[in-house]
Amino acid sequence: MQRKIAIPRELLVDEELMLPGMTSCQGCAAPISMKIALKALGNRTVIVFPACCFCVFQGGYPYSNLKVPVIHCPFETSAVVASGAAAALDVRGEKDTTVMVWAGDGGTFDIGIQALSGAAERNDNILFVCYDNEAYMNTGIQRSSATPMGAWTTTTPAGSLKSEPKKDIEQIMLAHHIAYMATASPAYPDDLYRKFQKARQITGMKFIHLLSACPPGWRIDPADSVRTMRLATQSRVFPIYEVTKQTGAAPGEDTWEYDITVIPEKEVPVSDYLKSQGRFRLMTDDMVMKIQKQADRKWRDLVEKRDATRLSGV
Amino acid sequence: MKKAIKGNHAVSHGVRLSRVGVISAYPITPQTTIVEELSEMCARGEISARFIKVESEHSAMASLIGAATAGARTFTASSGNGLLLMHEVLHWTAGARLPIVMADVNRAVSGVWNIWAEQTDSLAQRDTGWIQIYCESSQELLDGVLMAYRLAEKVMLPVMIAYDAFFLSHTTEIVDIPDADVVDRFLPPYEPPVQLNFDDPRMFGGFFSTDYFYEHRYTVQQASQEALNVYPEVCREFNAHFGRSYDLVETWLTDDADTILVTAGAITSVSRIVIERLRSQGEKVGLMKLRMFRPIPVECWRKVLGNASRVVVIDRNLSVGVGGVFAAEIRSALYASDRHPPVYSAIAGLGGRDVTPEDVEGILHSMKVDDPSPDIPLYWGLKR
Repeated sequence: MQRKIAIPRELLVDEELMLPGMTSCQGCAAPISMKIALKALGNRTVIVFPACCFCVFQGGYPYSNLKVPVIHCPFETSAVVASGAAAALDVRGEKDTTVMVWAGDGGTFDIGIQALSGAAERNDNILFVCYDNEAYMNTGIQRSSATPMGAWTTTTPAGSLKSEPKKDIEQIMLAHHIAYMATASPAYPDDLYRKFQKARQITGMKFIHLLSACPPGWRIDPADSVRTMRLATQSRVFPIYEVTKQTGAAPGEDTWEYDITVIPEKEVPVSDYLKSQGRFRLMTDDMVMKIQKQADRKWRDLVEKRDATRLSGV
Repeated sequence: MKKAIKGNHAVSHGVRLSRVGVISAYPITPQTTIVEELSEMCARGEISARFIKVESEHSAMASLIGAATAGARTFTASSGNGLLLMHEVLHWTAGARLPIVMADVNRAVSGVWNIWAEQTDSLAQRDTGWIQIYCESSQELLDGVLMAYRLAEKVMLPVMIAYDAFFLSHTTEIVDIPDADVVDRFLPPYEPPVQLNFDDPRMFGGFFSTDYFYEHRYTVQQASQEALNVYPEVCREFNAHFGRSYDLVETWLTDDADTILVTAGAITSVSRIVIERLRSQGEKVGLMKLRMFRPIPVECWRKVLGNASRVVVIDRNLSVGVGGVFAAEIRSALYASDRHPPVYSAIAGLGGRDVTPEDVEGILHSMKVDDPSPDIPLYWGLKR
């Protein structure tokens, strides 16, 4: 049965902060997410862009298609550039603002991780969003540490497909004891909207991991972008959940509550997701099985944590 | 109020008096005591700034991209390897026209460790677009920070105050610490010409195509050149408020000098003793202390050095494959001038090796009697 998606009213009628004229590829998921995110965050938002696809197609001097202040910065610096902007806004007495980083997987998992870890450890008041298209797409599809096992990229060509599993950025961020960590996908826009709205109201470090389909890099038809991302969640390759810090009654009693916010309308084997994309065309059955097991394990782990933290939270 | 303080603390007082909004730094010897003192000042409430205790120098400078763009007066400090780690962001901050002020405690860099004085670190940043000012005394450091903000915020370029590790950073001198209200009159709050404004959203930085990039770079160059015009105004105003003045270069006994010695930083103080001694012996020697090195005050250098029959430059730095950086740049600046005396280059004091008055005298003597080639640096004091 097709799940009904409840679209919040604001998604339909609120002011558009992302304007037409974007030069992204057809079917790129990142602008879909941005459009929804900005509706939730509102116009008192500063966006910090490191080098990534979005930094290129967002404007190109003298144009910008975002109706909020935008700061571009060197590739590896986005988190701490946001920390600096948040500090300055604080000093200037600007209230109710959000400083959001919008970075790709390279600027998050790899070259950006040092500054990100620093900002997370300091619990700086920023929202770091990674739109993860699972490779360096801006330079033309090279593997990153976010590239899944078995994927073809131009640096993991036929005969040397990526053999290492994807880095678990969510666990890395949670290990920093941050205020809020969530995954989201534009295939589930109501959930995505709600998470940005929630993040906006939390002071401290927030991290949102977005799955972001890239038709040229994933070797899919642009028209299948959203469908493919939905398969990622239905197959539990990309479960959609959130972890929220609950401040304890006494010092040292903080807890982190897990919630699986999208229970897929149907379950599908990971092979359905993998087979829908040309980048996994050369995967061996062994690799498919490995990924199935990883997905099963992650799901079980999430359910356990959700049930455990819900019980302890009551 | 006069106080005996170390060079690094003179910088901290300059930062306190400048009422900065955001400080961000990562400790490195010999810069560390600046960071410690500023942390104390913040903790005691003497500074109302937010201090971001970052995880690296790279992040220290990067955080100031955000802070300065969002409208705060900003400060950081580093040294040696830390400054080199910032290199990419130094290009970015100058190109983004952010009036950041930083102190660089000059420290040696190489494939081996050394924490002592050498100017190679800051000189390796000379193409970044940062204005560079080299200082000799603790008073000059404190005053230099105040003047740096005035200059930076007028031309919208970042300013680096550079000075010798330990010889200046950790040496105690008497410093006149000005009253806050006088400083407030000299240095009003920072008002960025283009504000980060939610009601009038702008894009800062971004992708510049070939249609625009060249023109963008030219505006940065123009801003840098403008600093040569603005700096004397800043000096005049500083003098009016505090009774002290610092020119683009400082000259001493150069008008009738046959030989002019050129130095930067703490070696200058040592050289003063030598110049005085040689003058008393009837030798026509003078001294030019380099202060502003980026942008190069070409006309000023030509005016001072043009009448000499020889120029001797002591470089506490080494550009491998070239020699002394200051000597090379002075030679280049004089080349197209009508009067261009030979420029002799001496390398001395690398990695913090002491340069005594006897060394300076020895260099001047050797340049006179050994008839060296201006093309080959004199590696003074090298153990062979």
